[in-house]
Amino acid sequence: MKAAVLVFPGSNREGDVAQAIELVTGRRPTMVWHGDGDFEKVDLIVVPGGFSYGDYLRCGAMAAQSPVMAEVKKRAAQGVPVLGICNGFQIMTEAGLLPGTLMRNSHLKFVCADVHLKVETSQSLFTNRYQAGQVIKVPVAHAEGNYFADAETMKKLEDRGQIAFRYCSPEGAVDGPLGKGANPNGSSSNIAGVFNETKTVLGLMPHPENAVEPMFGGTDGKGLFEGMVEALS
Amino acid sequence: MTVAQEKNPPVKLPNEPTITPQIVAEHGLAPDEYERLLKIMGRTPTMVELGIFSAMWSEHCSYKSSKVWLKKLPTSAPWVIQGPGENAGVIDIGDGQAAIFKMESHNHPSYIEPYQGAATGVGGILRDVFTMGARPVANLNALRFGDPSHPKTRHLVSGVVAGIGGYGNCMGIPTVGGETNFHAAYNGNILVNAMTVGIAPTDKIFYAAAAGVGNPMVYVGSKTGRDGIHGATMSSTEFNEDSESKRPTVQVGDPFVEKLLLEACLELMATDAIIAIQDMGAAGLTSSSFEMAAKGGLGLEMALDKVPMRETGMNPYELMLSESQERMLIVLKPGREDQARKIFEKWELDFAVIGHLTDTERMVLSWHGDIVGNIPIPPLVTEAPMYERPWTLTPLPPVLDAAKVPAPTDYKASLLALMGCPDLASKAWIWHQYDHLIMGNTAIRPQDGDAALVRVPQSTKASSHKGLAMTSDCTPRYVQAHPETGGRQAVAEAWRNITATGARPLAVTDNMNFGNPQKPEIMGQFAGAIMGMAEACKALDFPVVSGNVSLYNETEGRPILPTPTIGAVGVIDDITKAVGSRLRSAGHALVLIGATGGWLGQSLYLRELCGREEGAPPPVDLTVERRNGDFVRGEIVGGRVAACHDLSDGGLLVGLAEMCLAGGTGATMKLPADAGAPHAYLYGEDQGRYLVATDDGNALVAAAAAAGVPATLLGYSSGDSLVVEGLLALPLAELRAVHEAWLPAYMNSAA
Repeated sequence: MKAAVLVFPGSNREGDVAQAIELVTGRRPTMVWHGDGDFEKVDLIVVPGGFSYGDYLRCGAMAAQSPVMAEVKKRAAQGVPVLGICNGFQIMTEAGLLPGTLMRNSHLKFVCADVHLKVETSQSLFTNRYQAGQVIKVPVAHAEGNYFADAETMKKLEDRGQIAFRYCSPEGAVDGPLGKGANPNGSSSNIAGVFNETKTVLGLMPHPENAVEPMFGGTDGKGLFEGMVEALS
Repeated sequence: MTVAQEKNPPVKLPNEPTITPQIVAEHGLAPDEYERLLKIMGRTPTMVELGIFSAMWSEHCSYKSSKVWLKKLPTSAPWVIQGPGENAGVIDIGDGQAAIFKMESHNHPSYIEPYQGAATGVGGILRDVFTMGARPVANLNALRFGDPSHPKTRHLVSGVVAGIGGYGNCMGIPTVGGETNFHAAYNGNILVNAMTVGIAPTDKIFYAAAAGVGNPMVYVGSKTGRDGIHGATMSSTEFNEDSESKRPTVQVGDPFVEKLLLEACLELMATDAIIAIQDMGAAGLTSSSFEMAAKGGLGLEMALDKVPMRETGMNPYELMLSESQERMLIVLKPGREDQARKIFEKWELDFAVIGHLTDTERMVLSWHGDIVGNIPIPPLVTEAPMYERPWTLTPLPPVLDAAKVPAPTDYKASLLALMGCPDLASKAWIWHQYDHLIMGNTAIRPQDGDAALVRVPQSTKASSHKGLAMTSDCTPRYVQAHPETGGRQAVAEAWRNITATGARPLAVTDNMNFGNPQKPEIMGQFAGAIMGMAEACKALDFPVVSGNVSLYNETEGRPILPTPTIGAVGVIDDITKAVGSRLRSAGHALVLIGATGGWLGQSLYLRELCGREEGAPPPVDLTVERRNGDFVRGEIVGGRVAACHDLSDGGLLVGLAEMCLAGGTGATMKLPADAGAPHAYLYGEDQGRYLVATDDGNALVAAAAAAGVPATLLGYSSGDSLVVEGLLALPLAELRAVHEAWLPAYMNSAA
């Protein structure tokens, strides 16, 4: 699997995700600078976490207009898989690659903590290593991860199986109250990650790239990368 | 150095006021200091020259009250590459890698404007570390707030925490550790001490000393604005009711620009274009340019109109004294301007050649072609005021007889009271606002060990991944009671924190926070703390490699508790051998290492349960400290320890409770037959002790005996309650609820 990781000037988890990809594939991904509208052909594009252009305006709003994102949109339309993590997820909703939006956390604070996620489906190139209903533990680290979409969009997401992950209790209950560890940010329907209609684009707030080694946050996030390798190699 | 030699006397700018005694006083210069200035200059200074002297001779920049004492600290060891005097300390951690670190205060700004004050404190210490060529790998912070019931405390906690998170999170540097205390002595003067640790190759470390006459002096980073003018002078006076009006002297941070500056500097550092580099911190362009020229024994000509400016109408005085953030000064090799400019343009940062080095040893400042300042550099440094201020040592208070301290009527209630008190309650509300996981190298997270543990990127020369252990520690109530003991204890506890992970403690950065040094009793606290620290650093081979002094921490004449915060770093060669304090499974033997005498003087039990702050603090026997610590570290690295926690605030029972909560496993212990009064045994704060979980308790006790180390098998991990036979049985859920409730409840309650 040949992967490209985008680098905006304020990206800061590009190294983490590159390290996770290298750990699983044995191959360092290509790092693509935000000004490069033209980069080599790859099997997977990753939009990493961070603060793109500072995000003093709405998170990801400026990055969505960057030269590199115009290219990403073009390739996504051709079916090239795109994974957006945290700030990458925010950028992709702003760019129209994914439905909905990410608002300020309901408690108004940055939150960095391990959370539990319920894998909603194993039927995607990103989640094929997990079982539907499986609970995994990965961290979040964000101030704007409160997913929101209008009722019509929410219904479509549910009907088409576009919800990838939901925040849940360690036992897998998705109706846990805010602040009890179940929903860290007030997201609608506990949504932590969504697919596009063809399930070739995934955006999620949690950081599976920080859960790939036993001593450093556990290995529950590794399956995501292994699944992609299996699907894309 | 007299006016006769001055070839280019400065012109007076339009609207420039005439220097009066009042203007001199407003610049914080004492009359005799102004006399000294006149002697050096040989004439009346211009405003910009006066401003420069004021900043350079402020307590903050000159260390004029503390220097004579700081010299008493040991600063060398075979592994020290750079001790105090540079932007940060540098130690060799093996395999061609160096750890570069420092702690610095941002107390006064954080009290006036908590978010920006704390944020720029983090920004400043990060620059101190990456200006030396290191990529920062971790941040820590030591915070002291006033009494929770004080009307400003909640607002200050909220702003400071958000500011630290806002800056560090955006920079992408994990904030992995620290400490937070509350005490009424900080009501009008909080402490915000920020520490950064970075990693660099030992052969790519950058220093501030300028070299090469004619070489270009380059300004990079943000533009200069009018923020932070006279910040260094403000930090060097006591607070009063007018301090609120000093808000405009607080700097405003932009972490995104600092992130760009970090990446651009590291990119330039990967070339060989840089001769010297220095960040613009306190006193901005003034101190950075003087330090670079003075360290290189050179002179400097700067055209201040070339400085990138944020607004129109700025004058030389403002440009020299602004503390705008995210700026650096670089001396480049000749002809490398274009190479460097390209890098900074890529990162969309300002880049301007503003001057060049000369052999005159003078700082000549021009403004649109006119000379506006002309100062001889060496005397500004060598003839700076230095004071041996009168000092009175604090006498050792009488030792408190434990028999005169009442035992609790209900042990369960007493433990719950301690674990829920502001100093011991969980600080998760704080560290969950800090990204402590970014970079993917955090092995011991906050609350899971005595020190944070971060993986070092593997050197090609090494066979295993090293880990860096780091901590900050100080027990101000001990220092207040007896500064020498408190200073000794702060160093010893930091050493113990590192040891408890299995790492070798290597070096210290000290952040000395004290009151007004012009009061002999305050200067005596400073002197005493230094004596104690020096003794401990020597005995433990734990040199001081960097630090910062913050004096005048007083409001309306009321000083803070003397707080010499000790930041420390250690290394473990194979990170997989390290342990935290989490008691993760049942069946481990619990062994107490070190002797317990039941020392209740200055203990948290005495303060929280009896409402008394009295007695001598627990003594620290440095020989015992070293012996016990070396033994524990050997057992950890030998793979015979499952978890380890050093015993400090709250004593044995609090330490055990913390291990249970961190790992989610209960424990049952029994008092030894010779324990004496149970409350003194359980809550006494005797030093040099560790609580160790191991698979084979008897073997550990035997090994300890062979090493001459006191060790007592107390019990075993088991179940989901904390049990002290005959005294206490407390479900962990109940303990956790109390431990975790206080801070969120406090922060969410109405102001």
